[in-house]
Amino acid sequence: MSTNVEGWKDEVYGEEIREHLFEFAEEGWESIPDDEHDAWFERFKWWGLYHQRNGQESYFMMRIGTPNGVLEPGQLEVVADIADEYARGPADNPEFGGAYCDWTTRQSIQLHWIRIEDVPEIFDKLEANGLSTMQACGDSWRNIVGCPVAGKDKHEHVDAWPVAEQLHEEFKGNDAYENLPRKWKVSVTGCDEGCGQGDINDLAFEPAEKEIDGEETMGFNVRVGGGLSRKEPRFARDIDVFCTPEDAPKVSAGMSALFRDYGDRDDRFNARIKFLVDEWGTEKIRRVLQEEYVEYELPSAGDDLRDQYTYNAGRQDEHGDHIGVHEQPDGNYYVGLNVMVGRMGVDDVRELAALADEYGSGEVRLTQRQNVIVTDVPEGSLDAFLDEPLLEDYSPDPHPFMRGSIACTGTEFCSLSIVETKNRQVRYARWLKENVELPDGIQDFHIHLSGCTASCAQPQIADISLRGMKTRKDGEPVEAFDIGLGGGLGEDPHFADWIAMRVAADEVPGYIRNVLTAYEDESGEESFREFIAARDEEELEELAEPEETDYADPYMHNTKMTWYPYAEEDAMDDRPTPARADGTPITADD
Amino acid sequence: MSIDVHQLDAGAWISVNDSREVSVSNLWRLARQEFCGCEMADFLAEGFVEVGVDTRDIEARIAGQCITCGASGVTDWLAVGRVVDGEFRPVVPESVHIPCRRSRLARPASPE
Repeated sequence: MSTNVEGWKDEVYGEEIREHLFEFAEEGWESIPDDEHDAWFERFKWWGLYHQRNGQESYFMMRIGTPNGVLEPGQLEVVADIADEYARGPADNPEFGGAYCDWTTRQSIQLHWIRIEDVPEIFDKLEANGLSTMQACGDSWRNIVGCPVAGKDKHEHVDAWPVAEQLHEEFKGNDAYENLPRKWKVSVTGCDEGCGQGDINDLAFEPAEKEIDGEETMGFNVRVGGGLSRKEPRFARDIDVFCTPEDAPKVSAGMSALFRDYGDRDDRFNARIKFLVDEWGTEKIRRVLQEEYVEYELPSAGDDLRDQYTYNAGRQDEHGDHIGVHEQPDGNYYVGLNVMVGRMGVDDVRELAALADEYGSGEVRLTQRQNVIVTDVPEGSLDAFLDEPLLEDYSPDPHPFMRGSIACTGTEFCSLSIVETKNRQVRYARWLKENVELPDGIQDFHIHLSGCTASCAQPQIADISLRGMKTRKDGEPVEAFDIGLGGGLGEDPHFADWIAMRVAADEVPGYIRNVLTAYEDESGEESFREFIAARDEEELEELAEPEETDYADPYMHNTKMTWYPYAEEDAMDDRPTPARADGTPITADD
Repeated sequence: MSIDVHQLDAGAWISVNDSREVSVSNLWRLARQEFCGCEMADFLAEGFVEVGVDTRDIEARIAGQCITCGASGVTDWLAVGRVVDGEFRPVVPESVHIPCRRSRLARPASPE
């Protein structure tokens, strides 16, 4: 039996949702029939609008999909203006203020506290500047990710940016692929560092070389069925297919049509293609793709470059990210700036846009580590750019604990999350920086904090993985984390091993300190990841204990039971929602 | 009066008559349960896997974890609330609940 969601999608889905959305916007929040809320909110996701959690009714998260994280000159300023004007809620965030932008782990942008009445104006402004929210959420092609410096990278074998751009053009708003059984995440990597993170995507194009008709040809090997969600993480699997950049759209069309036709529409928990790959195996996936969906003969896989992958690979001989100053092939430089947990206040976003314009080409790119990159800075302008005051807060040379922090949205806005995330990770990183000395030689140390098993902060591929949980302290329920160790990507990717379970949130920094002390005491030349891999589960469990320290955690209580965790009057009964377009709450008597 | 029940947002909610009523992240005390070896499971709800209606009772099978022993999985059916005079009245998660296998068919509500 098909699910309710499939029923709603059968009635209205894809581009046609827009006209209904605009009608509701015109008539106001209250015009959405009460008994159609679930159906419409599910559909609005296709246009990048996600109804915020309980207590925040009538407010939406808006996601803007920027393929490969590329913001062309002028676009970032538009995003800042929109956030400033429309993304303000009834309460401020104590760390980030009243309006801010989130850079996501899929190189997209998220704004919060959006009112439906403002959506047409926002869409007008976005679309007039080449931006869109189309298919940013929902069951279709999501934002295409890749190496954030594609086309501007000395490590590049194939320029992946035109490929990502072409896939974006072809599969956004394409009604043949607008209604899939579930989300469809695609990565295109052209460099030898592996920074497209293809291993954790539904469909991954990874650089490879193959002799075709006697000529060495650069292109991609194809992997399928990666993903981290729930407690069912999978790395994408090699289906023994090579394709040229020109054929990438054909293979993409074939694979997403295969998913459309054979994916499980009866059970959304079993719908992602990773489960179809489990069920069928890679040989059958390849055979069906060839026989039913691709008209030319698919070449077998070529020689890949995975043994050169350094991105998030746990190595210490070079950084596995894009932070810092790096020369481009054209002699200009790109400068990667660290953004703690991926969130910037709007004034800083506007300043960043102005600096990109002044010192570079105006282009800014977003990374899968929630950071930003200013590209095309001439050598002669580098020193002046690096002296700009904004770079004191968004450093090109941050402390490793700052550099390595990633956090998802959390209970601040998200329905699924169990715990508060972004503000907590900021506090963790600050405490660790002040109180924990990293062992010699550690330049990168990744701590990924995810509020739940959906894994939006990609916790399984970090040195320290934090996943939202609950425990009891003195009998009272408190926010907590399961802690994993030793995950990462590279030639041989590895998911973190879950070692310390249900650790109260205020004991996590002490645990991390104790783990690092044990690493320093017991390790030789091995990296942290090698150190963890060399020990069995029992040894890892004995490695360190959680510990209270002078770290203070203001979010130990059940933040999900508040309407907004940082409001002065945070109880659910005090919520100023739902609200009309001007922010006045709608009461039950209205 | 018919009762419309869905799970929403990848199992984050149970919606009753288009109103988000039961959320993940609560702790449920489960007695006489086969989920884990604890006499009383202290169960963290992480996702609603199936929802259904049995007369007026709203029931669910919930994915999650006992925070006492660490066992994780999916519970048998649990009553999460009841619709009375058109109003949903939730149970109190931290009081004691007894999951049970269905002995008769309830009207199913499909995922999400």
